Amino acid sequence: MDRRESLRRIAIGSVGAGLLVQCEPKTEKPATAQAPAGAAVTIDRTPEELARDQKLQAEKFFDEHEMKTITVLSDIIIPKDDKSGSASEAGVPAFIEFIVKDMPHYQTPIRGGIKWLDLQCMRRFNGDFASCTAQQQIEMVDEIAYPAKAKPEMQQGVSFFNTMRDLTACGFFTSKIGIDDLGYVGNRPNQWDGVPDDVLAQYGLKYDARTLEIAPKYT
Amino acid sequence: MADFQIKKTPKSYDVCIVGSGAGGGMAAYVLANAGLKVVLLEAGPLYDPAKNVTQLKWPWESPRRGASTPYRNFGDFDAAYGGWSLEGEPYTHKDGTEFDWFRSRMVGGRTNHWGRISLRFGPRDFKHKSIDGLGEDWPIGYDDVAPWYDKVDQLIGVFGSKENIPNEPDGIFLPAPKPRLHEMFIMRGAKKMNVPVIPSRLSILTKKINDKRGQCFYCSQCNRGCTVHADFSSSSVLVKPAIETGNVDIIANAMVREVLTNNEGIATGVSFVNKDDKQDYTVDAKVVVLAASACESARLLLNSKSARHPNGLSNTSNVAGKYLHDSTGADMGGILPDLIGRKRYNEDGVGGMHVYTPWWLDNKKLDFARGYHIEYYGGMGMPGYGFGFGMQGLNGQYPGRNGSKKEAGGYGADLKDDYRYYYGASFGMSGRGEAIARETNYCEIDPNTVDKYGIPVLRFHYKWSDEEIKQARHMKETFEEIIVNSGGVVTWGKDGKENNYGLAAPGRIIHEVGTTRMGNDPKKSVVNKFNQAHECKNLFIVDGGPFVSQADKNPTWTILALSMRASEYIIDELKKQNI
Repeated sequence: MDRRESLRRIAIGSVGAGLLVQCEPKTEKPATAQAPAGAAVTIDRTPEELARDQKLQAEKFFDEHEMKTITVLSDIIIPKDDKSGSASEAGVPAFIEFIVKDMPHYQTPIRGGIKWLDLQCMRRFNGDFASCTAQQQIEMVDEIAYPAKAKPEMQQGVSFFNTMRDLTACGFFTSKIGIDDLGYVGNRPNQWDGVPDDVLAQYGLKYDARTLEIAPKYT
Repeated sequence: MADFQIKKTPKSYDVCIVGSGAGGGMAAYVLANAGLKVVLLEAGPLYDPAKNVTQLKWPWESPRRGASTPYRNFGDFDAAYGGWSLEGEPYTHKDGTEFDWFRSRMVGGRTNHWGRISLRFGPRDFKHKSIDGLGEDWPIGYDDVAPWYDKVDQLIGVFGSKENIPNEPDGIFLPAPKPRLHEMFIMRGAKKMNVPVIPSRLSILTKKINDKRGQCFYCSQCNRGCTVHADFSSSSVLVKPAIETGNVDIIANAMVREVLTNNEGIATGVSFVNKDDKQDYTVDAKVVVLAASACESARLLLNSKSARHPNGLSNTSNVAGKYLHDSTGADMGGILPDLIGRKRYNEDGVGGMHVYTPWWLDNKKLDFARGYHIEYYGGMGMPGYGFGFGMQGLNGQYPGRNGSKKEAGGYGADLKDDYRYYYGASFGMSGRGEAIARETNYCEIDPNTVDKYGIPVLRFHYKWSDEEIKQARHMKETFEEIIVNSGGVVTWGKDGKENNYGLAAPGRIIHEVGTTRMGNDPKKSVVNKFNQAHECKNLFIVDGGPFVSQADKNPTWTILALSMRASEYIIDELKKQNI
């Protein structure tokens, strides 16, 4: 099989579905657009893997209030900006629901963290976190979002928020919206011919003659 | 009639091969092409990366964004099924020691996801006892293996550069891809301290070598398996063409119980459990080739007891299972502040590093034996599970786009921009070194435990010595110096005496070898210099088991060369009617 045929086979075969998704017009998608639950399986799975994933997807861990809180928090962490959509638009809450079922060590810290947050807000604002005004929510988040300057009594909240920041960012930047935002332009057939010239110049670097001599040549 | 019976496979074969990884795949390829009738038994399912596709998939196609699972320890997109533990197939440990055993039961075995680092052993690597008095010399030298390395290079394909370094023999190389940006920073940094950084040597086709396999299209995902077979895996490059000769019957999901022998102690075939119908079978063959992985093949010998082989097959020496050794490993990473806020372009390249560091020092001037090589990574890779974790440890450290530092952590549009800003600025390195093969590091049969097929399991006893711990310390000191000289700042991997300088637990590097070592003296070795069992002339072992010492190289290229050499020897001996 020659190279051109290889590339064509890939284009029509394994990434066909991916390309179709990419070609869709950029419209606002509902929060569930990339929800893992019930999504078609497009990657190689063994029967054991399929059974496990189906079982996890059929389970429900967070209740409605918890999901609402996770959605509010994730959009505070990664909001819509002039470049791309928000965490919830990228399907982050559904990703977090799945990952805590997949990795049970997250369950207690997040469930307990939400409860901790609600209690703090009850004391301060007489309402749970999700019911607070946007201003109250930010006031609360400011207490736990900056580890170095947070008060000692806020430490549990800092740990919870660190976990939420990690999972939100990870869920966002591994979504289609997030990868486009990040500007990752790989994961497609390419001909690697070294660092672009303008980038080499920017860093005062160049390839020596021998490197150029032994490198693959493209026509 | 009893519920349990053992069925006999009707066809009789010239050769029965157990295992379809590097060693078994090569044996099947050579023997089938010579016209021998081969049965290839594999304990896992069929697998072809062109059909079992994870390549060019996006992170969101995995609900866990590529994170590892109990069924695929290297992540949802990795080609290797299995991992450090398999359901219903335990192994145990002795005296509180550690050994982690990675098993990938599938056609092609662990070659489906490995790093494709294809290094020849050098002249010193075969004769290290003569140099430093430790371990044992091989019964063969580089000159014995060199012609086979050449054939492997030509058959499979490997890129690299001719360097004329005495203990890093050059091969027959395909073009070597240009270094990536962070690799150029590393080259510049390492040069200041006289650490060589040269083009890596990977079995990836940067140039077409035949009409069956495609050419690399630089997606950097070799660990996912290649749909156009442009990298080496036994499944695509050896087993597939072997089957196409029409001389190979492959039986998947066949878990071999033991090697069968007759009253003269000669192997007659094997018995196995078919995982699909749960029935027991036997298959007859004139020659049996074990390639089940170093530890699994030792387990088979030890479980194949008979009147003629009361201590296990070909084990009067009591050496089977002993001298187990894995590569040493330690890692460190950092950030290159110069690369913060960098320009985007497709930096994927081949799967793995474009440059590496071969061992460069003289152990006579050091306080430990044997060397290590350094593998490098970094750059603008595809995000997956774990992306962005720990931003609060990073975004308070360096000036932002506006030139001033800010409070670590945070949230909102400002935080969102930090992930873009720091993307692609991280890099890291791993040392992979040679451990000393010792009689006291071994696997044996656990007298109390069987797996779900009723097969007695392995029990491991393994301890690192000072040689390996001091080597890890040297790695860490070197890595920190390389990071700093490259203009970087260490962000992880600073370890000390308290945890043996981050030395990985034995088994973690997945280079375990030595359990059925070769030698001229049947009292001190299991197989002879042609991988033939001393006490059973029609039994051969062609995985990492026969390695006397592992070198500071990855073992695969040497497994392939020795398996090819042993297979040609089998053909010759069959012709001469010696076996």
